[in-house]
Amino acid sequence: MIFKVFAKDELTRLFEVLSVNRVVGPVQKGLDRKNRPIYSFEVVDNFDDLRLDYPSTLYPAKRYFLPFEETLSSFTLESGSWEKHVDYNVYQPQVMFGMHACDINALNKLDKVLINSVHPTPYYASKRRNMFIIGIECMPQPHCFCRSMGADTVQHGFDMFLTDLGDRYFAEILSSTAYNYLLKIKTMEASETDHQEYRQVVREKSSKFTTHVDTTDLTKILDMEFQADVWKQWGDKCLSCGTCANVCPTCYCYGVQETVDMNLQAATKTKQLYSCNLIDFAEVAGGHNFRPEAHIRLKYRYYHKHRGFVEAFEESLCVGCGRCGESCLANINVPEVIASVRYEE
Amino acid sequence: MPANLTYLGVELARPRVAFFELSSCEGCQLQLLNNEATLLDFLSLVEVVRFREGMTEAGDDYAVAFVEGSVTRADQELQLAEIRKKAKVMVAFGSCACFGGVNQLKNRFSDQEWVKREVYGDFHVDTQLARPISDVVKVDLMIYGCPVKKEEVERIVTDLLLGKAINHPKYPVCMECKANENICLFDLGEPCLGPVTRAGCDAWCPSNRMGCWGCRGPADAANIPQMARIMAEHGFSTETLLDRLECFGGFAAHVEEIRKKG
Repeated sequence: MIFKVFAKDELTRLFEVLSVNRVVGPVQKGLDRKNRPIYSFEVVDNFDDLRLDYPSTLYPAKRYFLPFEETLSSFTLESGSWEKHVDYNVYQPQVMFGMHACDINALNKLDKVLINSVHPTPYYASKRRNMFIIGIECMPQPHCFCRSMGADTVQHGFDMFLTDLGDRYFAEILSSTAYNYLLKIKTMEASETDHQEYRQVVREKSSKFTTHVDTTDLTKILDMEFQADVWKQWGDKCLSCGTCANVCPTCYCYGVQETVDMNLQAATKTKQLYSCNLIDFAEVAGGHNFRPEAHIRLKYRYYHKHRGFVEAFEESLCVGCGRCGESCLANINVPEVIASVRYEE
Repeated sequence: MPANLTYLGVELARPRVAFFELSSCEGCQLQLLNNEATLLDFLSLVEVVRFREGMTEAGDDYAVAFVEGSVTRADQELQLAEIRKKAKVMVAFGSCACFGGVNQLKNRFSDQEWVKREVYGDFHVDTQLARPISDVVKVDLMIYGCPVKKEEVERIVTDLLLGKAINHPKYPVCMECKANENICLFDLGEPCLGPVTRAGCDAWCPSNRMGCWGCRGPADAANIPQMARIMAEHGFSTETLLDRLECFGGFAAHVEEIRKKG
């Protein structure tokens, strides 16, 4: 690992160098009813629009890797014959300017399923491989439990990771691309003072976590509590609306639809992200629904994230970003659900 | 205009379709005419024999009947029975036909004579309670919305022609609203029925910062008690909730239950 430091002004210069590509970063999207700012990952043309000190975003940056809806292939139909066109929908390299550790960890988890598996998906892989990622250190919010999920720091899956040291950035360089880009701005070797200040930030971050999830033996406990009444209680609240999956940086389940154009000359195969909480998620041909009840669907959501994925990959499919709990109108959130399954409340 | 259509070399028959209106604003039919970019494609798919807003002729030989509006008069019941006899496929077109629509708001008043006097004065109009057309005849297909979403109608008609199953989304509007990455209207201080209303509109109103009024009726797993709790938690009265749930008639059964509980 190579460490560098550079003055804050230099980041503007780096932005300019990178902005020949499409740059996506955190910006303020609006205010909520209590006048608190709401942040979102948007395409950024102007460095001043970036809010690198953002606490968290309402939605993850998922749509830039795994859009809610994506055309998988299109067809031209001619008398009795047809031609298929496949496009992975990557038009230019993208720069992710300012992702938190949880969201980069989320991409690393998606990579395991969507790239490093038996059936990689080229639509995701092509976007992921044409991405330059700059991470940025953050301070935990009340809903953050990334530390519990081991996702508060990130080891790989990015090009460069920045930590704000007041008047300068401490940069962790992971890729040769990042190293070469940094040659275009004025940087310095990290000194012992920089190391000390970096450790100070790390200590401050550690002291700020207020929400925790006990994951000790969680796979076993979930097995034991498969029939527990608490699932029914959470299920009664659940709206089966799919919001948790749509704001989740790691949810990747989807459905595929084929539509024929009205002129009968063309057709499209479209992929749509779906949610395991939607009523027909487990409905099969013939109409049988394996999970007709809300509490069963909700339970399987937790089993996939915190049990099934752990068995397959030795890590949870949850990064502890807390977005699902923040967005859920029924106030269903991971820390409380897991605590209730462990009978801690 | 082609006499026959082909899809992948297979000949398809152009169905003869007719449009009818009962008590309604005829706005759903207007949605179809409005879509000028695709109107010619639509007209090449079907043979329209009757469409008051778009043509003078009025034929009686049709296979598919699109009926807009709710039933509010005795003669409409006879008209519906007549249409049903001729049509192979009976489509309830829009929220009025599906649930009674905005018209059924008058059903809330116990004194219907008073309603008549308020609206029509001394002019005599033979009007009864507003009902969905399924109260009178068997309906084969519902197309929801106030108004209907033209893209959805076009897809449904294409699928009908190709013999594909017609599936409406079973999930609520929230799913589409989140896919549009909107800020939740409850976070902006607005009431919204998105969590319980059937999707398919691409979250038309919430995406334009207007809370959902439930025009497409309940989603397949509409959690009304939780919806009531959310409204209360955000400071909205039961009356506000009921106003929205009652607006289009799709939630009639749920409303009755809430009123019973008091």
